[in-house]
Amino acid sequence: MSLQHITERIRAAAERKLALRFRGGGSKDFYGNAPRGEVLDTRAYAGIAAYEPSELVLTARCGTPLSHVEGVLNERGQCLPFEPPHFGAATFGGCVAAGLSGPRRASAGALRDFVLGVKLIDGRGRVLQFGGQVMKNVAGYDISRLVAGSLGTLGLIAEASLKVLPRPAVELTLRLEMDEAGALEAMNRWAGEPLPISATAWHAGVLAVRLSGSDAAVSGAARRIGGAEVNYAWDAIREQSHPFFAGDGALWRLSVPSVTPALGLPGAQLIEWGGALRWIRGDAGNVRDIAKRAGGHATLFRAADKSAGAFAPLEPVLMRLHRSLKSAFDPAGILNPGRLYAEL
Amino acid sequence: MARALRAFLPARAVLFEEEDTRPYECDGLTAYRQLPMVVALPETEEQVQRVLITCSKLEVPVVPRGAGTGLSGGALPPGDGVLLSMAKFMRVLRVDPRARVAVVQPGVRNAVISEVAAPHGLYYAPDPSSQIACTIGGNVAENSGGVHCLKYGLTLHNVLRLRGLTIDGEPLEVGAEAPDAPGLDLLALAIGSEGMLFVVTEVAVKLLPKPQGARVIMASFDDVEKAGDAVAAVIATGIIPAGLEMMDRPATHAVEQFVAAGYDLDAAAILLCESDGTPAEVEHEIARMKAVLASAGAVRIAVSRDEAERLRFWSGRKAAFPAVGRISPDYYCMDGTIPRKRLGEVLNFIAEMERKYGLRCPNVFHAGDGNLHPLILFDANNEDELRRTEQFAGEVLEKCVAVGGTITGEHGVGVEKINQMCAQFGAAELELFHAVKRAFDPRGLLNPGKAVPTLAPCAEHGRMRVHRGALAHPELPRF
Ligand SMILES: Cc1cc2nc3c(=O)[nH]c(=O)nc-3n(C[C@H](O)[C@H](O)[C@H](O)COP(=O)(O)OP(=O)(O)OC[C@H]3O[C@@H](n4cnc5c(N)ncnc54)[C@H](O)[C@@H]3O)c2cc1C
Repeated sequence: MSLQHITERIRAAAERKLALRFRGGGSKDFYGNAPRGEVLDTRAYAGIAAYEPSELVLTARCGTPLSHVEGVLNERGQCLPFEPPHFGAATFGGCVAAGLSGPRRASAGALRDFVLGVKLIDGRGRVLQFGGQVMKNVAGYDISRLVAGSLGTLGLIAEASLKVLPRPAVELTLRLEMDEAGALEAMNRWAGEPLPISATAWHAGVLAVRLSGSDAAVSGAARRIGGAEVNYAWDAIREQSHPFFAGDGALWRLSVPSVTPALGLPGAQLIEWGGALRWIRGDAGNVRDIAKRAGGHATLFRAADKSAGAFAPLEPVLMRLHRSLKSAFDPAGILNPGRLYAEL
Repeated sequence: MARALRAFLPARAVLFEEEDTRPYECDGLTAYRQLPMVVALPETEEQVQRVLITCSKLEVPVVPRGAGTGLSGGALPPGDGVLLSMAKFMRVLRVDPRARVAVVQPGVRNAVISEVAAPHGLYYAPDPSSQIACTIGGNVAENSGGVHCLKYGLTLHNVLRLRGLTIDGEPLEVGAEAPDAPGLDLLALAIGSEGMLFVVTEVAVKLLPKPQGARVIMASFDDVEKAGDAVAAVIATGIIPAGLEMMDRPATHAVEQFVAAGYDLDAAAILLCESDGTPAEVEHEIARMKAVLASAGAVRIAVSRDEAERLRFWSGRKAAFPAVGRISPDYYCMDGTIPRKRLGEVLNFIAEMERKYGLRCPNVFHAGDGNLHPLILFDANNEDELRRTEQFAGEVLEKCVAVGGTITGEHGVGVEKINQMCAQFGAAELELFHAVKRAFDPRGLLNPGKAVPTLAPCAEHGRMRVHRGALAHPELPRF
């Protein structure tokens, strides 16, 4: 498939005001509000366009399997620092469009922090280029990072350049038994010290702390933190194959300031990102209010019924700006309509 | 206008006499000057809101201003409008050491944030060399960087939340102190938007734990291209240095006369390469970096033995701009960024341009990020030199774009590089930028005419010129 093929599809759809639904591997069909429209499969527009390890930049086309990208990086001792979840046969473009980050988020930063540039096809079928392959770039508004996590509502991310980093030399995980309050206290205390903590996960009285970095830094920090060194399946946290995530009940993702005290919600809970990410199982009633009062927000991550809206509602002024931006990128309103918010 | 503002602002907060508005006629790019019709100095968010509502009603342009250290004319006042100084918003509202967050007003100076965080063992990472003067509001507008941004990120990576007011005075908040706010990433869009989308009235930043210590290597090379390759070699070994800077011989010579940093004056170029962390970590990393630099052809390697020597090595780098200012009546500073692997090629190109235009051009740059600050030396009183300088600079910036880079890494487009925006972006991208602007400011009243050129042929513009040391803020070290 060529770029021209995609631009023509989008142009034709815009003319007929036909909704289009961008889809890579379909691994995140569950995420956001229900997708609708004719499927535009991105998988045929694939391949790594440029990768030079000493530049710390990788550029790939949207349909490239995410596992392939990670494999290529791995061969050269590098990685995507934000450790994106795959949730199946994810594509590179879908990963950027979903904007999700994994266990390393609290220390390394989010996906958007690593976006350097995109080639975007907007709702008029125009091929646009924003940002680039360099680390610092302040020419024009930062559209590349605006489209990261936009769930295809602003355009098709045909190609993206991401900053990549060396894989840490040494990694180990410590296991500590702690109740929720103790774990929250400890995670926040350690985060204020120069320790190479690269991931944390607390569930059912057990806190796992991953350290990553040079040998010297990791062994020093391990002594400071204590606990027992264990093998820990961080992949199972990232990919949600950990037993906590099993079953069909609703899964809420609460993003809160890391110091927010225990929420005291009835359902089971798994905490990541040093306390800033709290996964809650079950029908959590007023969970949106609780998250909002704490200064955060709640996403209905997985659920059979998403009538409550996948994402926390926006303040009216922000919604107005979202709508204006949407019509700047997609005047016909045909790109992944409703996936982010019903109004978009 | 002044009367309308006086309805809710005290007399001292509304300036319109020429002697009072003169200090606001330019920012750090002194080549452009314009007296504002009125300067407003509100002290509360409600007053800012009323200024904006008033301007919006009367359709009068508004330009926000922080400390005025910007190097691209972003805060150049409107001759027919209001310069909105945020200088009185100097309060640190909250420092939360447990959450590692500081909430400050936009007029708070960059360095103050690290000062108030220091007692808790924390600091604010982005460290532009203007940090004792520039404000966090200005940093947000420019997405400013510093020597440590290779490892610790730019303003973008260290700001959590912004509060602000639209041109119609409507309050809004983007981002959050919790990760990944819902909806489109308007926080990312706002950072680096050069004060054109909304006026920032509050900033929440991330604080980091201070590394235990740091040491810096000074490595000498007998060839500039080799030094460029050594930068790539360091990165290729899997090390991200805390800082990785380069200076060529003309730059080290200018500097050495000025501050005696102890640089190797025989070297064609030197690299400064820093490691931070625990003592054991630093020792280990320094050893590895030394080995890489040696095998990349470094002819001399010195490592700072103590904190005083480390600061001395950096002092030369920091004094590069003023030092160059002493060897030439004027200099013009560029800010292009290129892929690291093209460093050698672009340096050769710059050398070729020196011959072509008969002008000297020392180079200092953030090598780790590929962010160049070539300094063209000229005399503005010589019409012909001025013309050649402008052509020289134009060719270099276009070369940056041609090798896959950008016309500005950290100083912003402002009014200065608005011409080169046409070299970097096509009509469709520029049109979309305008549409984004209209989403926030439909009538184009907030900082009009900056950063994004109209599609009409780009007008003739001058550039950052420093005449006989007359650059604003000569007291500050320059990167
Ligand atoms: C000696 C020297 C060294 C420098 N070194 C560096 C460096 O190392 N790295 C670097 O990146 N830059 C550097 N700079 C450039 C400059 O300091 C930065 O761009 C800085 O962020 C500008 O801050 P300011 O407060 O002076 O902003 P101003 O110059 O007052 O304004 C800059 C822009 O921000 C907008 N603005 C200001 N406040 C607000 C607000 N509250 N809301 C909305 N918009 C606002 C203005 O409209 C304008 O467009 C240097 C400048 C000098 C003079």
